[in-house]
Amino acid sequence: MRLFSALTGLLLMALPATAEEEIVLGLSQAEVSITTNFDGSEILVYGAVKRETPIPEGAPLEVVVTVSGPSTPVMVRRKERRFGIWVNTDAVEVDRAPSFYAVVTSGPLSEVLKRTEDLRHRISIPRAIRSVGAPMDIENPAEFTEALIRVRSKSNLYQVIEDGVKVDEQTLFRAAIALPAALTEGAYDTRIFLTRSGDVVAQYETVIDVRKVGLERWLFNLAHQQAFIYGLLSLFIAIAAGWGASAVFGLLRR
Amino acid sequence: MQIYLPIAEVSVNAFLLLGLGGIVGILSGMFGVGGGFLITPLLFFVGIPPAVAVATSTNQIVASSFSALLAHLKRKTVDFRMGYVLLGGGLIGSGLGMIVFNYLKSLGQVDLLVTLCYVIFLGIIGGLMFFESLRAIRRTRKGGRVKRKKHYWVHGLPLKMRFRVSGLYISVIPPILVGASVGVLSAIMGVGGGFIMVPAMIYLLGMPTKVVIGTSLLQIIFVTAFTTMLHATTNQTVDIVLAVLLLVGGVLGAQVGTRIGVRMQAEQLRILLALLVLAVCGKLALDLLLQPAELYSLGPVTD
Repeated sequence: MRLFSALTGLLLMALPATAEEEIVLGLSQAEVSITTNFDGSEILVYGAVKRETPIPEGAPLEVVVTVSGPSTPVMVRRKERRFGIWVNTDAVEVDRAPSFYAVVTSGPLSEVLKRTEDLRHRISIPRAIRSVGAPMDIENPAEFTEALIRVRSKSNLYQVIEDGVKVDEQTLFRAAIALPAALTEGAYDTRIFLTRSGDVVAQYETVIDVRKVGLERWLFNLAHQQAFIYGLLSLFIAIAAGWGASAVFGLLRR
Repeated sequence: MQIYLPIAEVSVNAFLLLGLGGIVGILSGMFGVGGGFLITPLLFFVGIPPAVAVATSTNQIVASSFSALLAHLKRKTVDFRMGYVLLGGGLIGSGLGMIVFNYLKSLGQVDLLVTLCYVIFLGIIGGLMFFESLRAIRRTRKGGRVKRKKHYWVHGLPLKMRFRVSGLYISVIPPILVGASVGVLSAIMGVGGGFIMVPAMIYLLGMPTKVVIGTSLLQIIFVTAFTTMLHATTNQTVDIVLAVLLLVGGVLGAQVGTRIGVRMQAEQLRILLALLVLAVCGKLALDLLLQPAELYSLGPVTD
């Protein structure tokens, strides 16, 4: 983490235009523990803008926060009617799509961020998804990416919350990000961008660690590392439960 | 009460899962079906990823079937000899089924073919059972005795064996074929196969309904235990937390179901099972015929 901020610091120094304002950040929790009764979590991202000079004149300071779960390739399939029934026909492999992605801004995204900056930093949801090699015979490969966003947005895995960041006196800001219950493990990259009239003037990156703990961790590891024992354990529990219920009912009937 | 499932990586209501397990357990005790054809679609509906739902339901079936089998053992309504013959056929069949399944997978249409399999088999079996039971009930109403046909074509085949519990003296070829075809289907459809085997035993082998249920449970336990191990070792998709919740509901339900089953007449039992099979078949057929709300679906990339 320290290395990360050091790197960002170096990056910021290398760009003189952005060196005037710097982000000092806090997270309500840097780790999300998935326990057996995990039911989603809310993370509070709060921070301040550190500057040596007075607040610049002109456009006010805007803040964009993104949180991105681990990215994996996804197969998107489309159904079509063939011989009277609905069948999967075309399929497009989306090369990389984050399992979770939230964009929280202090105003409408189109006003807070220029298109060129969005392209450079891959901030909006369509930019965060990488899709290059759609098969040649598919007419509208873009529809498949749109469908991916639509399906994941429905289950709150992809969120855009405009006006979700509160900015006070162009210095203090805070945003709440709701993580859904169906969360996968991994490092969730969290990025904060400061913008003025659509240009990114400063950025900061950190990582929220989402991991299973306790029983969840133990079972997950066992299932993957000792698959045979895990399988036997499942069967043992099944047989024991079946026998136990039968024995209990036998006693009750007597 | 929400609970997070470690392998499925989703959070669901624990009581909902207990309830699902319970309903399926009652059915399994009443009819001698494992309930896989019911619980797998129900789990999809709750939001469990399909791969986990299929693998975990086989584990749940082991539990509820074992509980029901113990109840049947006490009443001595299990034909072990027939069970072992069926199981022998079943293992050959599931080996063949795996080959077919992998071939379909390479064609890329495995989901559709599984659903079609369900619709066709559930439709045929449900329909046959429904009309047969209706006829049987009508006959009993008229006052005449239900006559079971004593001579099937299977009686002409060689390699005869005496199945004392079932009161049959028939060739081992038909039971092995029944077991094998059920094995093929269970490997493709990811179910125990009771809903196919029970009617096959009644109508093809001519076994008494009471013995059929216990005997099919015996075969189901071995087939599903084998499938659970396969899923656990190759795909790591058995969710033990999900399985425990389902099977706690399931084993209790199975005990209740067995007792309900004893009180009911064989014909009524069969007509109810037929209606249930037809209902699931209708639902799956509608899914194929009606335009889905979302035309696109997401899946993991498999090489």
